[in-house]
Amino acid sequence: MALDKTVIERWHAADIVLFGGSAGSFKLLFQIVKILPADLNKTVIIVIHRKKNFFSEIEKLFAENSRMLMREIADKDILKTNTIFIAPANYHTLIEKDGTFALDVSEAVWYSKPSIDVTFESAAEVYGARCLAILLSGANQDGAEGLLKLRNSGATTIAQDPDDAEMGEMPRSAVDIGAAEYVLQTEEIFKLLNTKSDSPHIN
Amino acid sequence: MTDTSVIISSIQVTELIDLVKKVHGFDFSGYTKASLKRRITRIMQLKKLSFYDLKHILVNDPHFFQEFLEEITVNVTEMFRDPTFYKALDAQVVPYLSTYQHSKIWCAGCSTGEEVYSLAIVLREAGLSKKSFIYGTDINTEVLKEARKGIYSLRNIKSYAENYSFTGLKGSITDHFTILYDAATIHNELKQNTLFSVHNLVSDNVFNEFQLISCRNVFIYFETELQERILELFYKSLCPLGYLCLGSKETIRSDSFKKKFKVINQKENIYQKIGS
Repeated sequence: MALDKTVIERWHAADIVLFGGSAGSFKLLFQIVKILPADLNKTVIIVIHRKKNFFSEIEKLFAENSRMLMREIADKDILKTNTIFIAPANYHTLIEKDGTFALDVSEAVWYSKPSIDVTFESAAEVYGARCLAILLSGANQDGAEGLLKLRNSGATTIAQDPDDAEMGEMPRSAVDIGAAEYVLQTEEIFKLLNTKSDSPHIN
Repeated sequence: MTDTSVIISSIQVTELIDLVKKVHGFDFSGYTKASLKRRITRIMQLKKLSFYDLKHILVNDPHFFQEFLEEITVNVTEMFRDPTFYKALDAQVVPYLSTYQHSKIWCAGCSTGEEVYSLAIVLREAGLSKKSFIYGTDINTEVLKEARKGIYSLRNIKSYAENYSFTGLKGSITDHFTILYDAATIHNELKQNTLFSVHNLVSDNVFNEFQLISCRNVFIYFETELQERILELFYKSLCPLGYLCLGSKETIRSDSFKKKFKVINQKENIYQKIGS
């Protein structure tokens, strides 16, 4: 499905928002972080693939440009509203039932650590329908299975239109297995994230 | 890649924890449940076992438990993981160690030994090889066998070399290995100053007094209450003003332990024991 009234309503209703991205998603996520308002009233979790010895440059850049509070996840951090949490490099990020993050250094999944699948699956188990997840550009299949689990748990699942993404393989893998309820163009994703909660309509 | 048909409930995780405790005496009740659940699911997928099969084999096959233990605990490790930590250790802790005639170091949860040998290399570079001794401990006997051998695949050494290059230490990581075909063996001089033995952080006690305890990326698998019990164990195992190093995402959060440990490096989670 494309952008419609229902997805906008579900965006407003969601209190956990997850973004997964890999190759070709960095600029996009940077723009997204920039537009989200300080009082979004949601918990945002970003899982982005990157090299381990990158020295947190991404976190720094995002933090400098974000209006929301920004935090690189540490062990036992509590999920808080109006905060963007970013999964640290070289760990998998899981969510515990008590609403805290748990980190894990186990084997890479799809050659990736952090793995989007791991975080998405964990969010599906704990928060289910309270989640809205967007899978962005990437050159491997990580995230597809996780997005499917989210969809099956009642969450709203969105894939960036593979033809519109810089690297289409990741969102395409999700679309292929029926994990994405919505397939949105980049422009539509921004439109969705920009809608004010009191005016759920498309211009 | 993942078999989505394997799904276990939180109640089943608890059931398995109880079973393992009763039959094998290992207590996993303080472990974080999300990770434990993921590991158990993984074993069931790898071994193609139903939950019922898993319970049965855990009770009836004495050899399987060792394998189970190996899979349930995460043994992924690298040499010089988080290079900036080793840089900080070299700058802020090594000078303290050098004031001792002889210093003892405990690497808790050492898995296959990569961190023990990373520490040994830092000490060797600082000229403290003959003045220090490292105890590596783990819950798992199988990984300790690997640790004692000190043989790593050349493919891994390549990635460790990159880590090493960011530590600021002199030379190259290969200075500390003998390379033959596709295997790299840690130098005997480094092995001589190490001892690997079984120790379970959950149930075992103080076994020596240390100037430095390194326990990195182990606390992430423990719930807060268990973390605090182990912090107490570490506190008792450290000499006055001894150092404690946790993983780069593991911090001391409890107020009572914040009073017992001074923060030496906030980013790298290096602490010093204060009080008596």
